[in-house]
Amino acid sequence: MLDARPKYRPPKDGESIDTLACFHCGDPCDINDIRIGDKYFCCNGCRTVYELLKERDLCSYYTLDEANRGRSPKDAVYSRRYAYLDDAEIERRIIDFSDADTRVATFRIPAMHCSSCIWLLERLNAIHDGIVSSRVNFPRKEVTVTWKASKLALSELVTLLASVGYEPYISLQSVAEKRRRDTDRKLYYKIGVAGFSFGNIMLFSFPEYLATDAGIDPVFEVFFRYINVLLALPVFFYSSLEYFQSAWSGLRRKLLNIDVPLSIGILMLFGRSMYDIFSHADAGYLDSFAGLVFFLLIGKVFQKKTYDALSFDRDFRSYFPLSVAVRENGHESTIPLTKLKIHDRIIVRNQELIPADAVLLRGEANIDYSFVTGEADLVQKKSGEHIHAGGRQIGQLIELEVVKDIEQSYLTRLWNNDVFTKEEHHGLTRLVDRISGRFTAAVLLIATSAALFWLWMDPSMVVTVFTAVLIIACPCALALSSPFALGSAQRVFGNNDFYIKNTETVEKLASIDTIVFDKTGTLTRNASTSIRFRDGVLSEEEQSMVKSLLRQSTHTLSRQVFASLNADVTMHVEDYRELPGQGIEGRILGRRTSIGAREWTGRESGGSEVSGATKVYVSIDGNPRGFFSVPNRYRPGLKEVVDALRADYEMVILSGDSANEETALRTLFGQDVPMHFNQSPVEKMEYIARLRRHGRRVLMLGDGLNDAGALKAADVGISLSEDINTFSPACDGILSASRFAIFDRLLHYSRSSVAVVKASFVLSLTYNVTGISFAVAGLLTPLVSAILMPLSSITVVAFTTLLTRWAAHKQGL
Amino acid sequence: MQVMFVLIGFSLLVALIFLGLYLWAVRTGQFDDKVTPSIRMLFDDESVSNDDKQEEVDKDKSDHSK
Repeated sequence: MLDARPKYRPPKDGESIDTLACFHCGDPCDINDIRIGDKYFCCNGCRTVYELLKERDLCSYYTLDEANRGRSPKDAVYSRRYAYLDDAEIERRIIDFSDADTRVATFRIPAMHCSSCIWLLERLNAIHDGIVSSRVNFPRKEVTVTWKASKLALSELVTLLASVGYEPYISLQSVAEKRRRDTDRKLYYKIGVAGFSFGNIMLFSFPEYLATDAGIDPVFEVFFRYINVLLALPVFFYSSLEYFQSAWSGLRRKLLNIDVPLSIGILMLFGRSMYDIFSHADAGYLDSFAGLVFFLLIGKVFQKKTYDALSFDRDFRSYFPLSVAVRENGHESTIPLTKLKIHDRIIVRNQELIPADAVLLRGEANIDYSFVTGEADLVQKKSGEHIHAGGRQIGQLIELEVVKDIEQSYLTRLWNNDVFTKEEHHGLTRLVDRISGRFTAAVLLIATSAALFWLWMDPSMVVTVFTAVLIIACPCALALSSPFALGSAQRVFGNNDFYIKNTETVEKLASIDTIVFDKTGTLTRNASTSIRFRDGVLSEEEQSMVKSLLRQSTHTLSRQVFASLNADVTMHVEDYRELPGQGIEGRILGRRTSIGAREWTGRESGGSEVSGATKVYVSIDGNPRGFFSVPNRYRPGLKEVVDALRADYEMVILSGDSANEETALRTLFGQDVPMHFNQSPVEKMEYIARLRRHGRRVLMLGDGLNDAGALKAADVGISLSEDINTFSPACDGILSASRFAIFDRLLHYSRSSVAVVKASFVLSLTYNVTGISFAVAGLLTPLVSAILMPLSSITVVAFTTLLTRWAAHKQGL
Repeated sequence: MQVMFVLIGFSLLVALIFLGLYLWAVRTGQFDDKVTPSIRMLFDDESVSNDDKQEEVDKDKSDHSK
């Protein structure tokens, strides 16, 4: 999860400065006049952090990890933004512990990425006097800060964190995530208890197994048995409790999940042992019993791999700001979003989200709805017009009047749809649960017939044989095979930057037959953010000229460069002409400006090389000024992925954008792939629901919030993310966008993993059949059970783990 | 041979102590984060120690729990 950054190096003689990396964050320096001595910075924010660190003698930060530099505190206007945190209600929900003067709170810091981050975040007390201590949990990307309320308010603390480049992510939804930790610990307690008992019971059982014909001293024999009973009690009443609970809740819903036969096995092992020990002085199967529970719990831990830093269950609330600026009686104040009412007048600034449906009162609104609809073009609104929630304002400050509650707004209505409100139906979705019904029936049938047979042969053996069959048929190996196979598969996925929510997702992935792609941001990249101007500098006026000229053109590249420029578009363009395939030209303020291909702008060959990007050259009055590097629209490897998937999967494209790219997509996907354009979020969701009603198993690959409904409605929703630490909508898996090219291999690998699970089922059933043949014959001694049980478990675990790793190796993952 | 009972008692006691230590380690959160401590131990100790401030907080916390 660590992202490498370019290494800082001081400028060499004669080297142009714009290829330099920022001393603090390692980003390229676009403007080259921000410097201290020979250290250059990409922005004033980075310089401020550097100064702050230098002042406190914390510069060893820069020697910690040469490859991973600090985080750049981009647009550092924070003081106003966090004022709402001093609202008592919000403060109470964020703070974990508060006492007279001491406060403790845990913040999620998405920007945390390397060991230097840990170092700096744990030295916050050197930066501000009011901070007592801070402690990082790196896998969770959290920092727990203890501070003095008298010296530092919560809002000031958050502002401080943001100003050193670690802006915390604060959402009221994240509060709920804290509860999960306790359940994890419970599992560790249970394993500890079971492992302790298992080891000791084994030890006290050895004399029995190893004794010669003369036997051991009867006093010790009895003593050991009673110790074993004592040791087994906590395993039965504490460690194995959750198997009983799960089996019971399954039975109540008339479902035979895998925990039912497991519970029967556990109950039989324990009951039969108690009976043997107390009634006719036999050894019992307590070592097998404790071992069984211990192995099962280990399987559970292995399966419970979670990606702490990621969240798969976000809804729109995580995207919304927590606060909003409100104007009341000509006076501006910041209030928590939850207190926003109809008729409130709100103020939305550049890059801020409009939280509720509203009417524009003042200002010029340019709304970016890409977040909601996937449509990349800005929508202009005039005062008096209605604006839907979820749009982002680009440009100047606007003032709006709220006309609908947040819960009733256009965007949030999507979340009121059945797909989100309905509790997901937990049927027998797992492979192992689906076969456990038949398994249980078969075992009960065998046990009963064996009992009937012995009733006729030798009635004294009936109970012995019946319980022996149920004991040995306990599907321990069966229950362990899928956690280990699918758990290994999940880890293999994780190593390839594909993070899935749980192991069941692997099984669901393997059963997919239809793949639905979103277009914008999924098949294409969100390029406007990474467009750079290179080999030169444009003044503000020139930028404005370029942008005004670009506005005339409808070419895709023009639109992208237009969107990336942050300048006014007020200038008048004369003599405009456009030559398809070459470029555009016009006269602005009397200066002839041309934008387009290299020949078009009259530039000599040469200049910086940029791979995987298209160059858009600019020249003014015939003088070359440099070029915009526009990354290619389609993701690298898209064609290969599509070709590899064509044989096994049906593909569909759903786009919120207009159909102007259909021809390009057709050449990639072929003529028979269904493509639907201008789809609203709700239409996307309904389309997928319709596919599923027709019996298709659907995978949705999307990115933005506009796909949230579709991701949720699909059997498997995978969100493609440029930066996996930013927030993606609720989904089953997050795929790092840089790994899109291996998407086909990931899908094929999920199928191999499920094949491994099936093979291991055969193996473990073989063990069960072997064991049952002992049991039916009345020959199941505690020793046979004590050997067979761990042997089957360990071989199954080794078999599945090795085979899934081998399959991954074969796929090149 | 009666001494065996005492020895077994001792061995169980030792095992119980280790179980107790394990449960204590889980309870104090030592298994919650298995990555950060391994990085933290590599940092040099040149930085400011805030022992006195920390003590103050510990006092606050214990006052609170009383």
